[in-house]
Amino acid sequence: MNGKVGAVRSMFDFYVTRGRTQIQSEFQYRAATYFWMIGMLAEPIVYLVVWTTIADQQGGSVQGITTGEFAAYYIVWTLVRNMNIVFTPFGWEWRIREGQLSAALLRPIHPLHDDLAGFGGMKPVVILLWLPVAAVLWVAFDPVLAPTVLEGVVFFFAIWGAYLIRTMFMSMLGMITFWTTRVSAVFELFIAAELLLSGRLVPMPLMPDWAQDIAAFLPFQWSFYFPIESLVGDLSTQELLRGLGMQVFWIVAMTGLTLFIWRFAVRRYSAVGN
Amino acid sequence: MRPFRLGWLYFKLGSLTELQYRANFFIQVLQSAVAAGTAIVVLKLVYSHTTELNGWSEAELLVVMGIQILLGGVIRMSIQPNMERVMEEVREGKLDFALTKPEDSQVLVSVREVRIWRAVDILSGAIVLAYGVSGLERSVDVGDAALFGAMLVVGALTIYCFWLCITTGAFWIVNTWSIIELFDGVYQTGRFPTSIYPGWLRFGVTFLVPIAFAITVPAEAVTSRLDWSTVALALGFGTLLFAFTRWWWRFGLRRYTGASA
Repeated sequence: MNGKVGAVRSMFDFYVTRGRTQIQSEFQYRAATYFWMIGMLAEPIVYLVVWTTIADQQGGSVQGITTGEFAAYYIVWTLVRNMNIVFTPFGWEWRIREGQLSAALLRPIHPLHDDLAGFGGMKPVVILLWLPVAAVLWVAFDPVLAPTVLEGVVFFFAIWGAYLIRTMFMSMLGMITFWTTRVSAVFELFIAAELLLSGRLVPMPLMPDWAQDIAAFLPFQWSFYFPIESLVGDLSTQELLRGLGMQVFWIVAMTGLTLFIWRFAVRRYSAVGN
Repeated sequence: MRPFRLGWLYFKLGSLTELQYRANFFIQVLQSAVAAGTAIVVLKLVYSHTTELNGWSEAELLVVMGIQILLGGVIRMSIQPNMERVMEEVREGKLDFALTKPEDSQVLVSVREVRIWRAVDILSGAIVLAYGVSGLERSVDVGDAALFGAMLVVGALTIYCFWLCITTGAFWIVNTWSIIELFDGVYQTGRFPTSIYPGWLRFGVTFLVPIAFAITVPAEAVTSRLDWSTVALALGFGTLLFAFTRWWWRFGLRRYTGASA
């Protein structure tokens, strides 16, 4: 019993320390983070301008979504997108091709913990740097956003849920590189699927019905559409809680699957390179 | 003629290197197909909610998108690899090897690298463009086509100048990599005609990052909506930028000390 408590506490210590060092190193590269963030902004701004243009042509809204709501959706999108930055499959490819995983395997802790804590530690810094960006977007695009306290609380948890779902999803994809180190086309395919089925491109109601039906069975929308909509939309308390529940379901399911694949994958590891 | 001969020489050399890795061709084909497919799906989605976007029909927007993909292929095949190499060599002090050669340094650093498989994007862009043109209501006559070709060359040169200006910044700031990320993001704005953007953004993607001249202007030529004042502006801006780039590169070179080589 005592040993278990000790293990939990040392894991907690690990996350806190790893997160804190990441915060410090992230602050050193403020300029790089900003360049990245501005580059990232182009994507939602393009979507926002396109849908605003269409809404204006049709008298102010598309399928009931007004220009102000589109603005709110895509501004919150930028925060959710920042939360969704995780260790990518391309990172896994590099890690395996260059033999970087060897050192990580020597540690008495699963490499996933390091990814989770490291990228988690980035988030507070990224959110801090995001605030002025959001302020500029707010002035430029005039969003309509009036969340309730409950929506705010759910949103806070939902963005971390999104972070976990996407970490597990990307790790799972990344682990394909244990079998072959040339999978960039497969990654692109998955990223295209995510773009279309997650709400990253447009709010889900704008997608054709059949696409929404497919999306209901996939994890994508729980890391984009749900967190955004929890703050921007008018979801009922029940819908909000159901959404968090779905996030938990996908986190558990994908973590289980990731660990399952990892078991086979790590046996394949032969440190190409070093 | 000399710059072209030099470019051809390096093109042959680079092709020979890349031909050793033929599997990369198929990976590139898959990747290009996914990219072009996604772009078309996005477009279909947009036009399932409207029939025109700020006066541009679906076929006309396919033209814009085709040019964006095509030019993206040119950038990734030639411009970007060359500029990345310069940035790296400045940082590592290896640029001396290029500077000591008896050729114009700007020409040399602009032609050394070529990634032929990425030309697949040029092809897929051309296919999307042709698909768009086939759907246009008004046919494209010889004059439009010639104007399109000319404006595309001017646009590509403008983008090249932009890249070299940024790259020259490497003589002062060592970490220019994040600027590449920035460009990749901003380049996505070229998928739509720049006229749909609000004023401040339109200014940005016209004069700060010359995407309007590179993509929208050639697209206007194909869709017969280009007026001569725009042509004059594109030519004037391109010429000025070219002259500035030439001066800026030489100015930057004076900062180079080649410490570690």
